[in-house]
Amino acid sequence: MSIEQLSIIGLASLVSISCSLCGVYLVLRRLALISDAISHSILLGIVCSFFIVHDLNSPLLILGATLTGVLMVYLTEILVASKRLKKDASIGLVFPLFFSISVLLINLFAADIHLDQDSVLLGEIAFTPFRLLTIWGYNLGPASLWVMGGILVLNVVFISVFYKELKLTTFDHGLAAMLGFFPAYLHYAFMAMVSITAVGAFESVGVILVVALMIVPPATAYLLTNRLFPMMILSIVFGLASSLLGYSMAFYLNVSIAGSMAVMTGILFLLVFLFSPSQGLIMKFLTFQQQRILFSTNMLLIQLLEHEGTKTEKTENTVSNLIVHMKWTFKFANSIVSYALEKGFIQRHDDRLLLTSFGREKAKRVIVMDA
Amino acid sequence: MVKPDRLTDLECAVVVQDLTVAYKEKPVLWDIDLKIPKGVLLAIVGPNGAGKTTLLRSIMGMIKPAAGNVAIFGQSIAAKKRSIGYMPQRGTVDWDFPTDALDVVMMGRYGHIGWFKRPSVNDKKLSLEALDRVGMADFASRPLNQLSGGQQQRVFLARALVQDADLYFMDEPFVGVDAVTEQAIIELLKELRNQSKTVVVVHHDLQTLADYFDWVSLLNVRQIAYGSVADVLTPENLKITYGGRSSFLMHNPVIT
Amino acid sequence: MGLDVLSLNYTLSIVMAGSFILGISSGVLSSFAVLRQQSLLGDVISHAAFPGITLAFLWMMTKDPLGLFFGALVSGWIGTLLVKSIVTYTKLSMDTAFGIVLSVFFGLGIVLLSYIQRLPTSDKAGLNSFLFGSASTLLLQDLIVMGLFCFIILVFLGLFWKEFKLLTFDTSFMSSMGFPVAKLDMLLTILLVMAIVLGLQMVGVVLMSAMMIAPAAAARQWTSHLGLMVFLAGFIGLLSGCIGTLVSNAIPQVSTGPMIVVVISIMVIISLVFAPHRGLVCNWIKGYYHRVNIRANSILMNMLLFSESKTDPYHCHQLSALVAIGRGPSLRTMLQLKRQKLVQNPQDDLWGFTELGYKKALTLKKSLYSQSHEH
Repeated sequence: MSIEQLSIIGLASLVSISCSLCGVYLVLRRLALISDAISHSILLGIVCSFFIVHDLNSPLLILGATLTGVLMVYLTEILVASKRLKKDASIGLVFPLFFSISVLLINLFAADIHLDQDSVLLGEIAFTPFRLLTIWGYNLGPASLWVMGGILVLNVVFISVFYKELKLTTFDHGLAAMLGFFPAYLHYAFMAMVSITAVGAFESVGVILVVALMIVPPATAYLLTNRLFPMMILSIVFGLASSLLGYSMAFYLNVSIAGSMAVMTGILFLLVFLFSPSQGLIMKFLTFQQQRILFSTNMLLIQLLEHEGTKTEKTENTVSNLIVHMKWTFKFANSIVSYALEKGFIQRHDDRLLLTSFGREKAKRVIVMDA
Repeated sequence: MVKPDRLTDLECAVVVQDLTVAYKEKPVLWDIDLKIPKGVLLAIVGPNGAGKTTLLRSIMGMIKPAAGNVAIFGQSIAAKKRSIGYMPQRGTVDWDFPTDALDVVMMGRYGHIGWFKRPSVNDKKLSLEALDRVGMADFASRPLNQLSGGQQQRVFLARALVQDADLYFMDEPFVGVDAVTEQAIIELLKELRNQSKTVVVVHHDLQTLADYFDWVSLLNVRQIAYGSVADVLTPENLKITYGGRSSFLMHNPVIT
Repeated sequence: MGLDVLSLNYTLSIVMAGSFILGISSGVLSSFAVLRQQSLLGDVISHAAFPGITLAFLWMMTKDPLGLFFGALVSGWIGTLLVKSIVTYTKLSMDTAFGIVLSVFFGLGIVLLSYIQRLPTSDKAGLNSFLFGSASTLLLQDLIVMGLFCFIILVFLGLFWKEFKLLTFDTSFMSSMGFPVAKLDMLLTILLVMAIVLGLQMVGVVLMSAMMIAPAAAARQWTSHLGLMVFLAGFIGLLSGCIGTLVSNAIPQVSTGPMIVVVISIMVIISLVFAPHRGLVCNWIKGYYHRVNIRANSILMNMLLFSESKTDPYHCHQLSALVAIGRGPSLRTMLQLKRQKLVQNPQDDLWGFTELGYKKALTLKKSLYSQSHEH
């Protein structure tokens, strides 16, 4: 593998790790589409700052981008607070405007620099090896690697310093406010963090595919675990896997690297969506029958318990009544009865059904569980 | 007053048999038997999560039950859609929707109008009359978001009235309503009852229960008690109804 | 030279007709999208349609508009179905499902596009214009397909107008009346997908979502009547479409999509600020008069309090005495009341009721009294 390929893979890895880290909180806070809005909005900051400094590598660009990201969030919240528009419409109005203005500015004034429409949408991870950072004449390797590395460090520091607070504000906003954690400030700090990460990632993969790297790996991880820390680790794993697989796919098929990475996040998501042991579609489909039997057995047990010792018990608690009452087929009623017999919940005397003491306990537990 | 178990099906507006409704694996309603005679004002009472709205919606065929049957005037729900009037909870819609009071009331006619047709002059006339009945005639062209909570509730009531039904279902019509509106609504419901229409109301307030209603069903997943207000509203029954979901198992249903 | 002008006019009229169709269809459908709180679904559908366009091209190897539209339609529709199944079958929230479908589908589109660009076909050039939109690549055949879609949309909207209105306002009431709510919901979503797909070539995948929000957001501020809102949204969409395409046509390096979005955003801002009733300016004015009114009323009440201790209700008091009992009047408010002929000041700094003012104070008191007893 050549040094060029290595630096591309390195950058892809850094981008995907940083995005996954932010993304976990975006997904948990139900702010997934804010990442879309932010990644579109930062372009305005980048373009405006560029007109000031005329240098695409200036750190001022990151600052300007972060500011516009946060400004977009603020504007949306003002619109919502004015009660003239709902939240989704407000988001959907502000970021296209920001994005349109920046594209027009690029169209009009920056056509000759390499900030063109295509690189905005597609990123230019393929050019990574050719933009080198040189300080006092020393070649320090690709500049993007340094920038993205710095952003990753910032992410890690931010999340470890505010881990407790982030966790609390994510899961219980009201409690966090009561305990004096200023969830609003933390929210904006977090939005700034997302913006910074988006700026770094945007250069590599473009505006829209940032969303894939931020949202899809954490969403995939969330289908496998409910706990915060494992979810972070898993989403980093998925992020890394998609960038590596995506790069190989792009390499062998000679197609867009950024696009391939996004497709890979999607394929991994699809696999987990289908095969996850707890949330997977196939597992759910397989357990559907099982659940139906369990539920029907519960219904049977409660029915028996309710009519136990009543005058109508002899007619109510019979197999034939089940068929009429529950609208079960003869076959299904028999399969439920034999399942309950097998589990030792009931006894059968011809048509009549009686609860065992074990079955009675189970029935009561089912009812109490609902409370 | 007739006892519920002596009612013949012919005397009933609604007959519910062994109705069980489940959400995922949990029963929300369990084995409900309910015979609602024609021309009564019935309250369905129970704690939060008792399945009151679910019962209403299953009777109207909006939810598919896991078991049991519902008959409306002796027929299936689908055949009797036109004889049902419904007033959902006020909180279920967006009151910033761009329309006026009259237009919302007119929606009650949509079931009668049929596909591809517009509301006729007659539909408009009926809707204006309904608005007048609830004391909202002056607000016909008022945008929805300029109505108070009580006025919104009256508009919903007018919409149910204009459905010209024999059987009305109302989900918490008194929630978030001022005293004047509450009185106006209950007067109208009694008037409907006196025209031998049947009115089923999900109700919250135990204080007003005896004043407002003839019949009551105490509900907590299962039907705890059902009958005339005087017979059913005993401290014992209320304790079972509001005493948590596990306690009802210890008691047999009280049908008076 | 003459031919140039002729062809320019020809192009221009096609472009104008295109933006006309685009504006109407997206304006009309955006009303329903916004009111159903599905604004961001438009963003998802437009991105999800992109791989459909590229796949359709790979299939046909020409840019036949009907084929491309059809590909976009199918893949946009698949996108919405995927969103629905992710939300139904997992614990992921709606906006996460939006994010997943939007970005992955777009990524797939980008991969396919980069593959197409390596092919030795000559016809591929215009595919790029689906990203940011381009009015100048619009051909007569595109226009025909757009017109067809728009016609279908309007016909269905006309046929099911009252059903769609009820569906948007109150689904549970609708299903209680026995309407097939799920089917109508599907139909309206298909129309939404059609409206989006129809605009992709002009506005582009990336910014089409704005067209599914902005016209309705602007129109909503001017009216509280659904029919009028839909009509206005269509008109606003049309106007912005025309202005946007004209400007981008005049300045060659400017993309059409962003230009239209900027124009329509300006329309939204104007509506938010200046619309009667809901506009911010109107609100400020109303708030100001409301405050002035409250201040004037409280002065009248205070004066009534004073006059009750006297036998003559028209007895005059010094301004400083009125100030002393809290929320006191300023000279400005007093002069204003005087202009309304509610108070008189026979001498400097002596103020008392006029007959009109006394009557008004009494009715005010009565209404306050009955209000406090109602609660």
